[in-house]
Amino acid sequence: MSDKLVVIGDGMVGRRFLEAVVQRDPSWDVTVLCEEPRPAYDRVRLSAFFDGVSAEELSLASDLDGVSVRLGEAATEVDRDAKVVRSATGEYPYDKLVFATGSYAFVPPMEGADLDGVFVYRTIEDLEAIKAHAAGRRHGVVIGGGLLGLEAANALSLLGLETQIVEFAPWLMARQLDEAGGGVLKQHIEKLGIKVDCGTGGSRIEAVDGRLRMETNREGVSFDTDLIVFAAGVRPRDQLARDCGIEVGERGGITTDLACRTSDPDVYAIGEVAAMEGVCYGLVAPGYSMAEVVADRLAGGEATFPGADMSTKLKLLGVDVAQFGAFDGPLATTYLDPANGTYAKLILSDDATTLLGGMLVGNAEPYPLLRASVGGKVPGTLADLLGGGEVEGALPDGAQVCSCNAVTKGEIMGAIHEGCTDVPALKSCTKAGTSCGSCVPMLKQLLAEGGVEVSKSVCEHFTQSRAELFDIVKVTGITTFSELIARHGTGAGCDLCKPTVASILASLSNGHILDGEQATLQDTNDHFLANMQRNGTYSVVPRIPGGEITPDKLIVIGQVAKDFDLYTKITGGQRIDMFGARVEDLPKIWRRLVDAGFESGHAYGKALRTVKSCVGTDWCRYGVQDSVKMAIDLELRYRGLRSPHKLKSAVSGCARECAEARGKDFGIIATEDGWNLYVGGNGGFTPRHADLLLSDVDSETLVRTIDRFLMFYISTADRLQRTSKWVEGLEGGLDYLRGVIVDDRLGICEDLDAMMAKHVEHYADEWKGVIDDPEKLQRFVSFVNAPETPDPSIEFEEVRGQKFPAGTTARSHTQPVLLGTPERK
Amino acid sequence: MEPICAFDRIIPGRGVAALLADGTQAAVFRLHDDSLFAVSNLDPFTGANVISRGIVGDRAGEPVVMSPLLKQAFALKTGECLDDPSASLDVYAVEVLGGEVRVGVGAELKAAA
Ligand code: SRM
Ligand SMILES: Cc1cc2nc3c(=O)[nH]c(=O)nc-3n(C[C@H](O)[C@H](O)[C@H](O)COP(=O)(O)OP(=O)(O)OC[C@H]3O[C@@H](n4cnc5c(N)ncnc54)[C@H](O)[C@@H]3O)c2cc1C
Ligand code: SF4
Ligand code: FES
Repeated sequence: MSDKLVVIGDGMVGRRFLEAVVQRDPSWDVTVLCEEPRPAYDRVRLSAFFDGVSAEELSLASDLDGVSVRLGEAATEVDRDAKVVRSATGEYPYDKLVFATGSYAFVPPMEGADLDGVFVYRTIEDLEAIKAHAAGRRHGVVIGGGLLGLEAANALSLLGLETQIVEFAPWLMARQLDEAGGGVLKQHIEKLGIKVDCGTGGSRIEAVDGRLRMETNREGVSFDTDLIVFAAGVRPRDQLARDCGIEVGERGGITTDLACRTSDPDVYAIGEVAAMEGVCYGLVAPGYSMAEVVADRLAGGEATFPGADMSTKLKLLGVDVAQFGAFDGPLATTYLDPANGTYAKLILSDDATTLLGGMLVGNAEPYPLLRASVGGKVPGTLADLLGGGEVEGALPDGAQVCSCNAVTKGEIMGAIHEGCTDVPALKSCTKAGTSCGSCVPMLKQLLAEGGVEVSKSVCEHFTQSRAELFDIVKVTGITTFSELIARHGTGAGCDLCKPTVASILASLSNGHILDGEQATLQDTNDHFLANMQRNGTYSVVPRIPGGEITPDKLIVIGQVAKDFDLYTKITGGQRIDMFGARVEDLPKIWRRLVDAGFESGHAYGKALRTVKSCVGTDWCRYGVQDSVKMAIDLELRYRGLRSPHKLKSAVSGCARECAEARGKDFGIIATEDGWNLYVGGNGGFTPRHADLLLSDVDSETLVRTIDRFLMFYISTADRLQRTSKWVEGLEGGLDYLRGVIVDDRLGICEDLDAMMAKHVEHYADEWKGVIDDPEKLQRFVSFVNAPETPDPSIEFEEVRGQKFPAGTTARSHTQPVLLGTPERK
Repeated sequence: MEPICAFDRIIPGRGVAALLADGTQAAVFRLHDDSLFAVSNLDPFTGANVISRGIVGDRAGEPVVMSPLLKQAFALKTGECLDDPSASLDVYAVEVLGGEVRVGVGAELKAAA
């Protein structure tokens, strides 16, 4: 029979321990008592729950052989004589026992701390309760201005509450920052609309008229609020150990030696509950080291705790704060830029050669490098480090790059030489970067240092990047995929390189996208000039430039939709989408639309989508320029332009911005004197506001600059890289971009202008090109041997008076539509 | 074997759908070297009959078609899904006779595999 191991607590450290045990010695018969209703999850990222990350995504659970996890079952007693752990429902004998019970949130003894509306911030259940209580309420108070308090305040403001932080210490994050740093941080936080009162402590809470009132230690200062969150520190959960006579520290925590052994040789303690040589560590990284130590000991090893790196970095509401290494030391250099809200301090050895520690507020870019340099040479001056300039001097091999998982530079370089060529590979073979993620930029840098070129090749058939292929096509004048792959690639191509090359050929204006061999390259959507839906039917989106449409044209759309029985919907792009078209009906639908003066809206292509407009001077009392006309002009100029990713634009008639131009790849906002041009915005997965490139320019300059912006993007971006990522990735950023396309620093503007002129001149409606061409029309059949027989497997049903793919109703039963404030499952 | 269309009707590098006598649907592809493959048109991941509209190419030299909906790759020779071994397409026999493409149904199913 195998030996029995019982673990109390399935938290972050407990889980890491289980993984380590199973990996080293799978013969243990392991039982885990997990008090929470779910297995381990990423508590460090707990706040992401309020950013829409689900409990499932936070989960750290994994199926481990030989491990039985008892969910929702707390250990209630340890009987060391009988060597069993008891719960309310079971009894678990052990040969070895590990405490991984973590901490509980500390609530100072205060009258009213048990009232409804008072919370702590530790578990997913806590967050769910906070969220439910916050719904429809207005104001929240967070007690505690440390790491945890700031996270909680961030969460409350994400929930839409006016938020007040109350901190007893004289400044924020007093354990990580000095007074100057705390002051700069306070400025940042207050700018974001969160109120901060330091030197203030709550003394009493009472319920008043369905709300809460908190009195403080300061005469006459009290807060009326709806919700109070305590984030005033944590205490080790050592009660169970106390009860069974295991030794605990003076200030709490189960006393252990450097091998995590407690006063009972068969019992270990790891994570936040352990008071290792009297010290409790409140971070996950030291806990992970302890987990590894005990796993090694159980397998017969001799490991001891290597010491802890208490460095921290956090980014809240866009404010970076970091602290690393020593907090104080013989020498310090500081940098303060109140205008930008940047503060930095380095702690140095007395001869100023060795970096001992430091802190950063407002700009934590140099954090990974600085943290890894602690104990070694100072990697540069603060001004250089913060300016993002090139910093000389490689890190020593022993430098710890990932402190959460104690991985050194040497180990990472080793993994790179053994064949890890990207960040995901490094994560899986060294565990670096898998916890807080703050070392990932450093991993990328080390990959580059290790000679790994982060591959930009399009796919297995081309080693070149999209930008390189673009140059090749442009310079050589190659016009077919087969010639390109024969001369510059290998094999037959795939779904990555074919559409990429098709798009490049189209950007450089090489005739109809379904001409000759080009037809075989197009993604399905481009091949049928429509978007395929989940049941194999298509959507039809005619262009409606600027969103302006005549009643007659509206009637045509309505009539066509009626005749072909299509579902209709107004899109978010100020036009109308008709869904459910069968492939063999597409040409007939488009014949009608083209005859009525419509053109393809390219909803299917990586191409210009829409240029949205507001009503502007035509009707609006505030409009200062004709935004509708400008939007129509721009949409007609760039229609059909193929690009690395889709392109969207909008024009607003004044600063009120009704067209949401700053959420677009290029957005235009009217001013009294002309136009402001913004570039690099998008909505989608990672929303980003566009940056101001030019202000108060006339229409001609505006259009010329957009021409160049688009062509420079098309010439140099990666496959599926939207303008936002492209602009962010330009070395030298917006100034560089302005240099290239406004001041013509590279001398390429003439070329860019010529490319756009060629596009404008050669534009022709793709759908018209199809319905006038019998050869192309041949493809739009349901079956090659039964061209007009509708695919019998496609069925529809009626919902809300329109047709939908069959099964829509059943589907919506399994995924309820959530109204109001959704309850989390 | 059922005739479905003239060989020249299929553009090299693309596919067509054919409705077979038994009511099933085949996706027939002509590659650039004029070789032909036939598999079932039904995408096992979405239940839509769309495989014939996918892009063809190769994965490490193995000819494949990618589903146009969720982009999984299927080996044209075996029907096997290279991204998820639990799914596959049926493989049909296919030949050219007198300039006409013919596809095998029923008992001949999988004969080409
Ligand atoms: C129809 C529409 C939703 C609606 O009913 O309002 C829509 C529908 C689709 N969107 Fe969208 N998006 C629509 C407006 C938007 C908007 C809002 C806007 O344009 O103002 C956004 C956010 C703004 C943005 O793009 O920056 C949007 C962000 C996306 C994204 C995420 C892009 C990103 O960079 O993260 C995708 C995925 C992609 O393109 O890779 C996407 C992809 C899609 C696709 C093409 C998904 C697909 O591959 O099947 C949908 C197909 C529609 C179809 O079959 O016709 N759609 N989509 C909207 C069409 C507008 C139009 O007239 O062309
Ligand atoms: C909001 C928040 C943000 C944080 N951010 C960071 C950060 O950025 N960086 C960082 O390093 N650390 C951070 N921490 C701290 C980090 O989460 C902890 O250090 C880490 O989770 C400790 O792991 P643990 O396994 O010791 O304890 P826990 O993760 O707390 O796990 C202990 C588990 O044991 C269970 N348990 C207790 N008693 C029993 C019993 N009798 N029977 C059964 N089960 C029991 C508990 O229910 C719990 O699930 C953060 C913490 C919070 C709350
Ligand atoms: S953006 Fe300005 S001009 Fe345009 S509709 Fe809104 S308020 Fe009127
Ligand atoms: S430092 Fe946190 S994951 Fe590497």
